[in-house]
Amino acid sequence: MPDNKYSIILFYTIHDVLRAEKILKQHRIPHELVPVPRNLSSDCGMCVKLQDDIEKTLPLLNKIEMAGCYDAEGKHIH
Amino acid sequence: MIYFDNAATSFPKPKETIEHLNMFVNEIGGNPGRSGHSLSVDAARIMFEAREKLTEFINGDDSERLIFTQNGTESLNLAILGLLKDGDHVVTTSLEHNSVMRPLMFLMKERGVELSIIHCDPSGCLDMDEMARMIRKDTRAVIINHGSNVIGSIQPISEIKRAIGDVMIIVDACQTIGTIPIDIKTDNIDIICFSCHKSLFAVQGLGALYIRTGIDPTPLKFGGTGSKSESVEHPDFLPDRYECGTPNTPGIASLLGGLTFIENEGLTNISSKKRAVREKLVRGLSDIDGITVYGDIPGNIYVPVISFNVGGRLPSEVGYALNQQQIYVRVGLQCSPMAHKTIGTFPEGTVRVSPGYFTTNEEIDIFLEALKNIARQ
Repeated sequence: MPDNKYSIILFYTIHDVLRAEKILKQHRIPHELVPVPRNLSSDCGMCVKLQDDIEKTLPLLNKIEMAGCYDAEGKHIH
Repeated sequence: MIYFDNAATSFPKPKETIEHLNMFVNEIGGNPGRSGHSLSVDAARIMFEAREKLTEFINGDDSERLIFTQNGTESLNLAILGLLKDGDHVVTTSLEHNSVMRPLMFLMKERGVELSIIHCDPSGCLDMDEMARMIRKDTRAVIINHGSNVIGSIQPISEIKRAIGDVMIIVDACQTIGTIPIDIKTDNIDIICFSCHKSLFAVQGLGALYIRTGIDPTPLKFGGTGSKSESVEHPDFLPDRYECGTPNTPGIASLLGGLTFIENEGLTNISSKKRAVREKLVRGLSDIDGITVYGDIPGNIYVPVISFNVGGRLPSEVGYALNQQQIYVRVGLQCSPMAHKTIGTFPEGTVRVSPGYFTTNEEIDIFLEALKNIARQ
């Protein structure tokens, strides 16, 4: 997948980031934990970088409260 | 050496505890949730895994409602100080530890909280009708010592919950968790508070509580959480609302080891072994002339905590004599003056023996032999 086709999902806590990680691992969905990009939030924690179809993946994470979902250009998509 | 003070903290710890602790300190060492580097994330993963495992252990629904604290006392303080407001009425029992009694005494003075104490009988039994009668319109909570740290009696939480109706129940499970199965759903427990360094086999300096959805105590502490760092306001979301500052991550790693050990051994097996150890000790103690065992009713289920006295001897003398033979027990009031008034041993207290999962029959025999000699002198 080209590098510009990814999404970033922000959560409120590292606990929720790791809950999301657990679910993504269970479903074998390619992802990475990366530091929160400064242009999206001033938070100093981690977020999920998803290299997959975000629309298919989001329903899997619907029990976790998200702080925002962005595309590779930093556009707010959810 | 014979260690019979597991009600204070368990010793020795299983090898899984030490392995996890070593692994964390030697190989991870980062501050969880504080940075974007791998060691911080790995530390957060340890904490996440321990939180999930412990939540599952008590049959909680949502691991973010499982809060880590420094010890059982801090867990109880968070529940009690965080929920009771000016003029609230609260009910508790005469078996409570000072980790419940002292915050309640503070609230009586500072917030005008009204306290009703139900007096248990000398074997630790509660009168359920009296419990039901104590409940008023303004009763905010009932606080129950699940397993006595003095006589080992166990309170029937489901029965108490039935007697008190919709009133919130806060359970002090320091002596029961890891010894008998606890299911917060079956027992309808609203808040469960406990330490992790006793029968959950973590190292000292770790406690936890689980708060049912819909209950939101005011935090005890405010500060850095690694989240919402742009704001000077403390976050509302869990678990960060109640956990700030650097946590005891080495302790949490050791808890993960302890829980793994319990899972491998099986809680049912642990429960029955501890029960057998207690029964052997109680039988042996009761057979020695001059020894009085407190609160034991044959056939009842207890946690392995036994209080006794040797006729004509102060508990401290007995403890001293045992210590000289490298047998370690706890003597005195065990931070529970009210409980000793209940069983009639205030102010001298008792000799308390609390064997653990690793206690052997041989250790019990040596201990009983030592006591026979002390009782004869």
